[in-house]
Amino acid sequence: MNRRDSLKAIGIATVTTALIDACKPVAKSNTEITTDITGRQPFEAERDKKLQEETFFDAHEMATITVLVDIIIPKDGRSGSATDAKVPEFIEFIVKDEPAHKLPMRGGLKWLDVKCLNQYGIEFKGCTPVQQTEIITAIAYPSLAVPEMQPGVAFFNKIRDLTAIGFFTSKMGIDDLGYKGNTPNQWKGVPPEILKQYGLENV
Amino acid sequence: MGDIQLKKSAEIHEVVVIGSGAGGGMTAYVLANAGLKVLMLEAGPFFDPKKDSMQLKWPYESLRRGGNATRPMGDFDAAYGGWEIEGEPYTQNGNTKFDWFRAKMLGGRTNHWSRISLRMGPKDFKCKDAYGVGDNWPVTYDEIKPYYDKVDRLIGVYGSNEGLENDPDGIFLPPPAPRLNELFVKKAAKSMGINVIAGRGSVLTAALPGNKDRGQCFYCGQCNRSCKVYGDFSASSCLVIPAMKTGNLTVITNAVVREIKTDNKGLATGVSYISKDDMQEYEVKAKTVVLAAGTCESARILLNSKTAHLANGLSNSSNVVGKYLHDSTQAGGLIILPQLMNRPKYNEDGVGSLHLYAPWWADNQKLDFPRGYHLEIFGGLMMPGYGGYLGFEGSVVPLINGYIPDAAGRMKPGGGFGKSLKDDYRKFYGTFAGFGCHGVDTAKETNYCEIDNSVVDKYGIPVLRFNYQWGRDEIKQAKHMNETTQAVFKEMGGIPLMAPAGEANNWGLSNPGKGIHEVGTVRMGDDSKKSAVNKYGQSHDCSNLFVTDGSVFTQQSEKNPTWTILALSMRTAEYILDQKKKQNI
Repeated sequence: MNRRDSLKAIGIATVTTALIDACKPVAKSNTEITTDITGRQPFEAERDKKLQEETFFDAHEMATITVLVDIIIPKDGRSGSATDAKVPEFIEFIVKDEPAHKLPMRGGLKWLDVKCLNQYGIEFKGCTPVQQTEIITAIAYPSLAVPEMQPGVAFFNKIRDLTAIGFFTSKMGIDDLGYKGNTPNQWKGVPPEILKQYGLENV
Repeated sequence: MGDIQLKKSAEIHEVVVIGSGAGGGMTAYVLANAGLKVLMLEAGPFFDPKKDSMQLKWPYESLRRGGNATRPMGDFDAAYGGWEIEGEPYTQNGNTKFDWFRAKMLGGRTNHWSRISLRMGPKDFKCKDAYGVGDNWPVTYDEIKPYYDKVDRLIGVYGSNEGLENDPDGIFLPPPAPRLNELFVKKAAKSMGINVIAGRGSVLTAALPGNKDRGQCFYCGQCNRSCKVYGDFSASSCLVIPAMKTGNLTVITNAVVREIKTDNKGLATGVSYISKDDMQEYEVKAKTVVLAAGTCESARILLNSKTAHLANGLSNSSNVVGKYLHDSTQAGGLIILPQLMNRPKYNEDGVGSLHLYAPWWADNQKLDFPRGYHLEIFGGLMMPGYGGYLGFEGSVVPLINGYIPDAAGRMKPGGGFGKSLKDDYRKFYGTFAGFGCHGVDTAKETNYCEIDNSVVDKYGIPVLRFNYQWGRDEIKQAKHMNETTQAVFKEMGGIPLMAPAGEANNWGLSNPGKGIHEVGTVRMGDDSKKSAVNKYGQSHDCSNLFVTDGSVFTQQSEKNPTWTILALSMRTAEYILDQKKKQNI
């Protein structure tokens, strides 16, 4: 079977025109229940369904997460914000999927609210943008943070990682990074002009 | 009548094969194509990459974005199973930390492996003579070479002919070109005298002559998901499914083997198993039994096949079954290349196997350990995803952005948030490279798996207990791996991401088992007092029992074992045909 027949065999007629169709996600959004169970083991499909039916974060926690993820990854000239990419919904799912995140997330959110209440007289999401930036700055740079901020540093490291994962694995985030693959093609090596740019022509 | 029944079939099968991975798949393929009626028992479900592969899915088509909550190598990885399987435990002796990877499915672990397909060399088969350690195999490279050649032709492998003494050439398809990041590694390694050559992988970079059932690679780089067009080697797509098409192979899936049955003359008469489908007990009769359940599972089945005459288990008069368990050594590291920040983007998926590879290069006369290891080089513009082997390099961005000046030449503290952090994630995308060091462990009688009679799995089958410690030679080898990695990284220039290594953690050596190259528990040899099977994989004690998986290895090398399993199992299958023709079995 040659390469063109290979692609026909999985329903992709030509490389150029099929890209758009071939790469459409099955689900319309990140939150919609995935119905495609190709290759899934029955226990996995059941587990996915069960986790989606559970709710972990309460409304206040979700509202706080929503504010935080957009502070971590805001909209800019190239792409939307973390909430545009439905990162809060991803975080709600992943803490149920990997339960080790549950306690540090819940406790960290509480720590942040109490810190703000003591410092500004109001929970985090009610703070002004200036106050929010101030408290986040105090926990976002591990090497600069003072000892009493360490619980906040640990929490922020975690939510920053989860936010980045959620954003850069969404369609928006993948487009933003400029990833061009996951589509049938003919790999012929690094383009010559790029090899030249890095002085690797003769390696 | 009780709830549980023992269902014995009166039919006597010509051959029953236990296991459908590389060894079982090849044995069944050869026998079925020669016209023998073969019954195969597989502990997991049917799996056909054409229908079941998750190839070309995007991270956002996974609720966990490719994360590894249920599959240790990521949500799209083809392996059904992992290091731990619910209801199927294993135990450890003392401070042993052996990790046992199992894939319970048609094709076993060959559905998700990295397709690295290396022949062992002449010195590897005569390890004791060549290196003064381990034991010689009862066969030579020259005896196995015709089978390697046939495997190359039947299944297809890319590579380059190099004329190296102990890294034999093959019948190769064209190798894929390297990725940009991999060339940085090659340049640095070459400047230090390390010979970097094209990888060798069982991926169809060109049409496989004479084969109309398999498609060519279309370079998605996702071999670990298994291939819908059969463009790479899985035992399911390339051996078992084609063998079923002959009409001579019947596969029973979800059949968990308890034991191999024997008569009072010590000959195998059949196999008993429990079906996961109805949880009933079954027994099938056979003239010949082929065992290929995977190195440790095969030992477990033999050791659990006890009778009044075989208190020690089947094919175990030598008392070596379970012993000489050995896995590859492995260590390695990742490096971020700041010179690639904001690099040009293009489709760099390539193949899902190896583009570049460095066979063992050093002169052991100048070293304090025998034998060696090879380098598996990687890096490039990988699909962003959570979990999997490499994960997403973004996870280290808030750690490393404090080491690199920004566009205006200013340093900032590591971490951060907001637009500047978002830019950092973009900047570092596609800047990582690295290599794995994969080496040889000398088989030792003191490293073994045995039956733990105090624990049974959910089917009531006694489980395995592992006892395994790395030896001094392996730890010295790991120290050398660490020094090599540091030296190559220094030459490359960049930010190495290596866990601290030293005496305390065996220089970064992974736990035994992590290489997923464990072999040796049913070793072959000429001396029936020191080995369980002869040079054809035939049991010394039970002439109609054959073993065709990695368990028969006398001594592994630093080459990944699959290609040798395929060559040996093809040879054993031809021997079975010959012995049946001569009416010896």
